[in-house]
Amino acid sequence: MKRAAIGLGVIVLAGAAAVYALTAPQPVEAERLSAIAALEGDPAAGETVFWAGGCASCHSAPGAEGEARLTLSGGVRLESDFGTFVGPNISPHPEAGIGGWEIDDFANAMLAGVSPGGSHYYPAFPYGSYARMSDQDIADLFAFLKTLPESEVASLPHEIGFPFNIRRSLGGWKLLFFTDEPRVELADADEQLMRGQYLVEGPGHCGECHTPRNAIGGFVDGQWLAGAQNPDGDGVIPNITPDSSSMGDWSASDIAYYLESGFTPDFDSVGGSMVDVQKNMAELTASDREAIAAYLKAVPGRPNGWE
Amino acid sequence: MKLRILFAAAVIGAAGIATATAAEPQEVRQEMMKKVGGATGAMAKMVKGEAAFDADAVMAALTTMSEVAADYGNQFPEGSETGFKTEAAPAIWSDRAGFDAALEKFKTDVDAGIAAAPADLDGLKAVFGPITKNCGACHEDYRQKNS
Repeated sequence: MKRAAIGLGVIVLAGAAAVYALTAPQPVEAERLSAIAALEGDPAAGETVFWAGGCASCHSAPGAEGEARLTLSGGVRLESDFGTFVGPNISPHPEAGIGGWEIDDFANAMLAGVSPGGSHYYPAFPYGSYARMSDQDIADLFAFLKTLPESEVASLPHEIGFPFNIRRSLGGWKLLFFTDEPRVELADADEQLMRGQYLVEGPGHCGECHTPRNAIGGFVDGQWLAGAQNPDGDGVIPNITPDSSSMGDWSASDIAYYLESGFTPDFDSVGGSMVDVQKNMAELTASDREAIAAYLKAVPGRPNGWE
Repeated sequence: MKLRILFAAAVIGAAGIATATAAEPQEVRQEMMKKVGGATGAMAKMVKGEAAFDADAVMAALTTMSEVAADYGNQFPEGSETGFKTEAAPAIWSDRAGFDAALEKFKTDVDAGIAAAPADLDGLKAVFGPITKNCGACHEDYRQKNS
């Protein structure tokens, strides 16, 4: 009996050790970190990445408009089924923000969802999409962020209950769901389509809102961009595949114009959380908006993801 | 006596039919917004260079917007929160002051456009931007997509 108990104890401990090992935060490989560190970051190019990535929408102060959107003092609240996440201060302030970070720290955060202290980030910070970003874009964005105003506003903690407040468990989430593979296969993609795929699946992180999730927060297979229940309130996040009942019949130039102006083909106007996204899209070049539009016309059509 | 009862019944019946065929506030307000969309489109096409500038058409469009702005707030009574495919967000009722303020700002900007009476494309562009900023600003908090 005693042997059985000891045997069971050993198995349990071995199992726990295995889980602990499997959920360990995995930083970016050293080779890639060196490659990124060797690059010259161009802040002007980084500004494009900043708008494409939508950083201001989560990291500037709630309700910030115009120039104030460049002060990344944090505070925006993102409600989800797992609790409320609060965007932190990522201004270049050395204590309150990320002013003390090296490029390695930034690359690990964006590409692997790992903090400088070696913990997992919650995927509300969409590193699950940012993982697809290029080395140069990471370097350029980091350079741009350093040019922005410092803010001394302290970051607020997330409001998440047990068991989701166990950061280590995100290692399990990453094992199940974290990938930098393309979300869709596009045969014979030309340069425009490849740029559109990069922008939407990478920095644009459109799928994070527009794709339905399962009970543990992973994307439902085969429903890429099919729309979802709005976790941040009532109503839905629209289907943006070509089978969408709300915009599936739009042309690529309709989509590009919407991203630029906020007007639909009927001159209805963008609303809800998309208002802020459209402001970011308006800062991109026409060519980038057209690339995004081309990609949205090329992805597989899906029925609505919230039904 | 019988005649009076018949007459009263006829009046009540007519009133019932009248209310039954009058449009619900949800429908009225959606129609009003469609009119605003049409007015926006007429001006946007000029701004984009897809239609020739037409001062009369611009004034007509701005007048439409002003008329809608004046009456729009009346279309959100208690009890009209759902139904008839409304996309009105609950915040309209929980933050009625904010909603009314947003509507007031829209009317103010439109009326300023009317007062400016744009006489050329540059004049139109100067008023079109401020007016249309109201679209997203209001929709951000007070409109909800349900499909």
